[in-house]
Amino acid sequence: MNANASALLDASAAPPLVNASRFRAAHAGDWERLDEILTRIEKGSLGRLSDDDILALPGLYRTTLSSLSVARDTSLDRALVAYLEQLSTRAYFQIYGVRTSAWRQLGRFFARDWAIAVQGLWKETLVALLLTLASGAVAWLLIAKDPSWFYGIIPQQLANGRDPTASVEALRGTLYERHQDLLGTFATFLFTHNSQIAIFAFALGFAFAVPTVLLVIYNGLTVGAFLEVFAAKGLGWNALGWLFIHGTTEIFAICISAAAGMRIGLAIAFPGRESRTDAAVRAGRSAALAMAGTVVMLAVAGLLEGVGRQTIVDDNARYAIGGAMLLGWCLFFYLPRGRSA
Amino acid sequence: MWPFRRRARDSGPRSMRRSFVTPEGVDLRLELGGAGARAGAFALDLLAMTIVLVAVTIVIAILAFAAKAEILGILWLVGFFILRNFWFTLFEMGGRGATPGKRLMGLRVVARDGARLTGGAVLARNAMREIEVFLPLSFLAAQAAEGLADTFLTLFALVWSGIFLFFPLFNRDRLRIGDLVAGTWVVRTVKADLGEDLAAVAARRQRRRFTDAALGLYGVYELQTLEDVLRNGLPEAIATVAATIRRKGSIPDDGDDRGFLEDYYAALCDRLERGLLVGRRRENKYEAA
Repeated sequence: MNANASALLDASAAPPLVNASRFRAAHAGDWERLDEILTRIEKGSLGRLSDDDILALPGLYRTTLSSLSVARDTSLDRALVAYLEQLSTRAYFQIYGVRTSAWRQLGRFFARDWAIAVQGLWKETLVALLLTLASGAVAWLLIAKDPSWFYGIIPQQLANGRDPTASVEALRGTLYERHQDLLGTFATFLFTHNSQIAIFAFALGFAFAVPTVLLVIYNGLTVGAFLEVFAAKGLGWNALGWLFIHGTTEIFAICISAAAGMRIGLAIAFPGRESRTDAAVRAGRSAALAMAGTVVMLAVAGLLEGVGRQTIVDDNARYAIGGAMLLGWCLFFYLPRGRSA
Repeated sequence: MWPFRRRARDSGPRSMRRSFVTPEGVDLRLELGGAGARAGAFALDLLAMTIVLVAVTIVIAILAFAAKAEILGILWLVGFFILRNFWFTLFEMGGRGATPGKRLMGLRVVARDGARLTGGAVLARNAMREIEVFLPLSFLAAQAAEGLADTFLTLFALVWSGIFLFFPLFNRDRLRIGDLVAGTWVVRTVKADLGEDLAAVAARRQRRRFTDAALGLYGVYELQTLEDVLRNGLPEAIATVAATIRRKGSIPDDGDDRGFLEDYYAALCDRLERGLLVGRRRENKYEAA
C-alpha cells in the first residue's frame, strides 16, 4: 500500500513520463532477452542455447505477447508497438513453426506419410493405370490394322530404327544389347529426366487435370506401339520382359504422379462441400507428398533400366525382378498403416 | 472463405496486414510480402542458383579433366536436378521457412491457417513453379535452340508465363498458384530494433510547457507522424514541422527545433494517453478534442 502510494507520488512529481516509458522500463529486459535468444536460434545455433534459455523461451514469448496487447491499447508509441509485433511474430514462428529435425521428417515420410498419401490416391492411380492400358491397347490395335499408324505415334528419334520395317534380328538385337560403359550416367540421366516429367505431370494437373491425362494417354500409346511392333515379329514375350524389369516401377510411378496431378485438378474443378481453395489445399498437400515419393521410385527405376536391363539379358530374370518390384511397391503402399503415430 | 477471422479494423482490402490470431488469442497482424519484394527474392534465388551451377560445373569440369571418373558426370546430373527442383523446397523446409533470397528480402513462408508449415505444403508450392516459370521458358528455349520458335509460339509461352507470373497481383493476398494449392502465403519478418524512447529523452532535461490550446491541435495520427519525423531525424523536416506547430500554436521560436519537438511530442503523447485511459481516443486533428 505504502509502496503504491509512493510510486503514485513519484509519478505525479515527474509528470512527463508517458505509458510507453513506464512500460519500456518495466519490461525492456525481458524483450531484449527474448530478442537475443531468437537471434541465436535464427542464426542456427540451437545447440549453443543453455537449458535456462530454452526453458525461459515460452515464458518470455507470453510476456511479450501480453506486452503487445497492452501496448496496443494504452500506448501511442508506434515504434514500441512495431517492435513488439515483430518480436512476437518471430517468437511465434520459432515456437510453433517447424522444429522437427530434417532426419525425423524424412523418417516419418518414408515410414508413414508417403504410403498414406499414395493410399489416398488409389482411385486416381487406378484411373491412370486403366488409361495407360487402354491407350496402349488402342495403339496396338491401330498399328496391327495399319502399320503406318506407328509413324504417327512415335517420333523418328525415339523409334531409333525400331519400327514395323525393322528385321527380326535387328529388333532382337535392341532387346538384348549389352552395354558396359557409362551405365551409371545413363541410369542417372533416365532418373532425372523421368522425374522431371513426373513433376510436370503433377504440376500440370492444376489445369483441371487435362494435360496430365493427355500425358498419361501418350505414355500408354508409346508403350502399346512398341509392344505391337515387337509382337508382330514374334518377339512379344521378350519385349515385355525388356519393359517389365523397370516398367513396373516406372509406370507405377508415372501413374501415381499423374494421379496426384489429377487429384489437384479435380479438387479445383469439383470442390464438393468445401470451398475451392480449401479443397485445393487439402488435395495439394497430400498429393505433393505422393509426387515427391515418385522421385524416389524413379531413381530405382532408373537404376533398373540403366544398369539392370543392360546387364541382365535373361527373360525370366527380367520378369522375376520386375514382378518382385511390383509386389514390393504394392505391399509398401497398400498395407494398412495406423492413422496416428 | 479463408480459415481465419478478418476483422473490421483491417483498414480495407488494400491493406497488406492480415489478421493472424495466435493460440494465446493475440492478433499478430502479419504483413504480407509485397509483389516487388517477392520478385526480388525470386531473382536473387535464380542468381544464386546460377552461381552455384556455374561454380559446381567448373569444379567438376576441372576434376573430370584430372581424372576421368564416371561418378563426376553422375554427380553433375543429380546436382543439377536437385538444384533445379529442390533449391526452394529444401530451404523452405528448414527452420527459417525461407530461401536465401527471401531471407535477404525479409520474407518468410507461412501456412495460411497458422499451423505448422508441413513438408507437403512446401513441396506443393514449389512443384507448381514448374508450370509457372520453368515449363514455358525451357519450352521456349528448346524451340528457339532448334530454330522452331515462331512468333505465335513465343507469344504463347510469354502469355502463359505472364498469367502465372502476374497472378499474385490479381488477388488480394498476393498468392502464387503454388501458394493457392499449398495453403501458404509469404509474410514479412523483419528484425526491428526497439527505437529510442522519445518521451524519456525529453524528460531528462528542463521541459517546455505548453498551453492546452497548443496541445489540443492534434490527434494520434499527427502524433505518430511527428514520431516518424523525430526518428528519421531529417533537419529540413524537423525545421518545417517545428515552424508549422509554432505558427498554429502561437509559440515563440526559441531556436532549438529538435528540443522543441521532443518536448511537444512528450507533452502531446502524455495528454492523448490520458485520454485513452478514460476511453477517449482522438484519431486525428479533425476529430473534436
